Amino acid sequence: MEPRTSAAVCGMGHSMKRKEDPRFIRGQGRYVDDIKLPGMLHMDIVRSPYAHAKILAIHTEKALAIPGVLAVITGETLKAYNLHWMPTLMSDTQMVLPVEKVMYQAQEVAAVIATDRYIAADGVDAVEVEYEPLPVVVDPRKALEPGAPVLRTDKEGKTDNHIWHWETGDRAATERAFAEADVTVKQDLYIPRIHVASIETCGCVADFNKTDTHLTVYMTTQAPHAIRTVFALVAGHVGLSEEKIRIVSPDIGGGFGGKVPVYPGYVIAVAASVVIGKPIKWVEDRMENLQADSFARDYHMTAELAAKQDGTMTALRITTLADHGYTDAAANPSKYPAGLFSICTGSYDIKTAFTEMDAAYTNKPPGGVAYRCSFRVTEAVHAIERVTDVLAAELKMDPAELRFKNFIQADKFPYKSALGWEYDSGNYKAALEKAMERIGYTELRKEQAEKRARGELMGIGICSFTEVVGAGPSKDFDILGIKMFDSAEIRIHPTGKAIARFGTKSQGQGHETTYAQIVAEELGIPAAHIQVEEGDTDTAPYGLGTYASRSTPTAGAAAAVASRKIRDKAKKIAAHLLEVSEDDLEWEPGKFSVKGAPQKSKTIQEIAFAAYTNHPPGMEAGLEAVDYYDPPNLTFPFGSYICVVDIDRGTGEVKVRRFMAVDDCGNIINPMIVDGQIHGGLSMGLAPALFEEISYDESGNISGGSFMDYLVPTSMETPKWETDKTITPCPHHPLGAKGVGESATVGAPPAIVNAVVDALSHLGVRHIEIPMTPERVWNILREKGVAE
Amino acid sequence: MAQHEIRVKVNGTEHKAQVESRLLLVHLLRETLGMTGTHIGCDTTHCGACTVLLDGVPVKSCTVLAVQADGRAVSTVEGLEQDGKLHAIQEGFWQEHGLQCGFCTPGMMLTSAALLAHNPDPSDGEIRQAISGNLCRCTGYVNIIKSVQYAAAKLRPAAESAAE
Repeated sequence: MEPRTSAAVCGMGHSMKRKEDPRFIRGQGRYVDDIKLPGMLHMDIVRSPYAHAKILAIHTEKALAIPGVLAVITGETLKAYNLHWMPTLMSDTQMVLPVEKVMYQAQEVAAVIATDRYIAADGVDAVEVEYEPLPVVVDPRKALEPGAPVLRTDKEGKTDNHIWHWETGDRAATERAFAEADVTVKQDLYIPRIHVASIETCGCVADFNKTDTHLTVYMTTQAPHAIRTVFALVAGHVGLSEEKIRIVSPDIGGGFGGKVPVYPGYVIAVAASVVIGKPIKWVEDRMENLQADSFARDYHMTAELAAKQDGTMTALRITTLADHGYTDAAANPSKYPAGLFSICTGSYDIKTAFTEMDAAYTNKPPGGVAYRCSFRVTEAVHAIERVTDVLAAELKMDPAELRFKNFIQADKFPYKSALGWEYDSGNYKAALEKAMERIGYTELRKEQAEKRARGELMGIGICSFTEVVGAGPSKDFDILGIKMFDSAEIRIHPTGKAIARFGTKSQGQGHETTYAQIVAEELGIPAAHIQVEEGDTDTAPYGLGTYASRSTPTAGAAAAVASRKIRDKAKKIAAHLLEVSEDDLEWEPGKFSVKGAPQKSKTIQEIAFAAYTNHPPGMEAGLEAVDYYDPPNLTFPFGSYICVVDIDRGTGEVKVRRFMAVDDCGNIINPMIVDGQIHGGLSMGLAPALFEEISYDESGNISGGSFMDYLVPTSMETPKWETDKTITPCPHHPLGAKGVGESATVGAPPAIVNAVVDALSHLGVRHIEIPMTPERVWNILREKGVAE
Repeated sequence: MAQHEIRVKVNGTEHKAQVESRLLLVHLLRETLGMTGTHIGCDTTHCGACTVLLDGVPVKSCTVLAVQADGRAVSTVEGLEQDGKLHAIQEGFWQEHGLQCGFCTPGMMLTSAALLAHNPDPSDGEIRQAISGNLCRCTGYVNIIKSVQYAAAKLRPAAESAAE
């Protein structure tokens, strides 16, 4: 798409260099840990070595005797304020600090406040806690067995570890379709626990002013406004009132969903600041981050497909057991306990489907947040894209051919899926064709056959995913009752420059650039002269924040609509200045001119000046607008990925030789940024496919709790990503845009697994669990007699 | 805790400081000297966000004691720009979209700058090897490699003319 605006204006379609970068490349970003307030104290946290234990006593005397240690906060301290428990976003409850028992290894037990971070750490070492270990439950299947120890003894009358059951679709019709099918396949899949591991960990500086009772919290949050309201609702009884709470989310060093929840550390720091009356800084270290912050995934799934002999899919059924840890602290929209998992029919025209899920408590940290994905979409896509390949193997069909046969056709949109979504737009065939052409699919299959004949293991994997992002329409989507709109507030200054503020919060996505380009596109004001601000609840309009690829679908739309409101007023001013009727004016980016007399025109800058100096009689002065955008539907970005792998028969190592990603996110605002988002997403898809996992032994001891054994991919393992695109504009978004930040995280893992399974399919391998570590793959090679 | 008086040259300026034995170099830079461009990402020498150059060699300043820097020269991100002119590596990261959240960027740029100082024409593979101790969660590394190549191309004529 050719940009409509000049390079000087830099509207949509320009690969504008990022406006935020000058500070970052100079080391002048301002992250939470860079903030230093006068009199600031430091907090460090005592954590449990046990996964399940009664707390018999907490001895604080030795810690308090250390010069510089000012206080030790325990559950009992908070209980006095009724702040030892807090609600989760999913209407469950979570301990801030325990009074009776701990429920997972690394759980917060007490907090030490000291004059410096080294002394706070000394204090943590000096706190002595007496525990009485209790039976540990780590496997959710065992958790649901009769006679399993009941973990949530705090819940009166609770007699098991079951959290909830959720189902959607037509169970009876699905059973019938399976009974009548020519072919059925069934695959168990486990999507293990992983962690977003943003390079900046979580933290805050809580600053309560005892005189005016104002609380300012600088914190690593993706959703500052929602946090402010949560603080007001949870701590209103101790005097925090929403007009006196200011949440500032400064520069954020990566979020990916991990900075949506309210962690106990934030709450303890706030409580400590309220009690002590000094600013308190808490910044977790990497091990605390990996071991105690919200996890992602942990779904045990069974996926089944029914089909005709010719490959036409007739029904899908997925049954899931979700391990939520000791509380359901997922970060989903309230009405969606399993997130948007029901997107699991994927890109295929499957008329009948049913999915059900049960959630269980275990002695593990809580969570169920996204890992750069829109609420459980990755799990859903993994299931459908994996079981599709299992079906292809069963039918001895090429996986591409099976996909083409079942794609929802381009003329069927908007398409109503069997599980209730209205897909807004799509052209799946075009994306897969392009990916196959770009990577040379036919030649690769030939090469594979030749290599196979020589005993070499090479595989080609496809994933044709459909995403569902941009939550969301207020009729269905809310968090704690707050509707999931988002907002833009734009003010045009007299000299024609602008400030634009949003309810979202960038964590690296480049909002300062992208939003400026949207306003530039709509008003013709150069993006260079549009100052974008987010993250300060005192100044930004209310919004639900940035996650689930929602910023462009919601706040980006709000930017366009608010700009158009400004343009409407600008038109009235232009008509006044040119002494013509509004109907006689036409717009091109940057100016209104008189139809048929283009020499008579007023630029947006002239109009802005007039809005303050010569506005029409009876009109309010100024040129500004606010929009709270409630999207009519979600957006459905999609893509087709093809991965080529080689497997080392000696070591079991999987090498991704090529990876071609064709994405369709509708109209593109900044192609450079979109490409960057896809690169990053692909890397966070590669990671769980091959490397990352957090697991627990039977006693609840973590493995994968530090960067020593939680293997974030380095430059050595990450392949040279190849990208391309198709463009199918979103029909309901004002700019035709969708979301893109997470597509690749969702689409990449099944493409890689499908490639590895494909490399071994001639040996009868139909499935491999992730992460496909060398050990796991080598054991399969050995079992099949091909290990060298 | 024993105190030590140390002298450290940071980006060409000599600083004198009274430090505890256990104080880490990264905290000397960030807390004592107020230079917050060097970040902390893991405390265990894995992520590289805290990378600075010690006498021109990349080190992870979260596992170097401040006292070990006594009498030596430290280069940080704050010293890359000279006389209001960005270093080629800074230009490269900006030009090629080599950063997103910016948190790993200072460490990544210093590691890259050290590579280019002794290898003015690195292959992509050599760049990958050089930055393999610096984790980035946002970019997928491809644009970082392009950024380093951009800087290499920009610096080469200067290096060549200096050699002549």
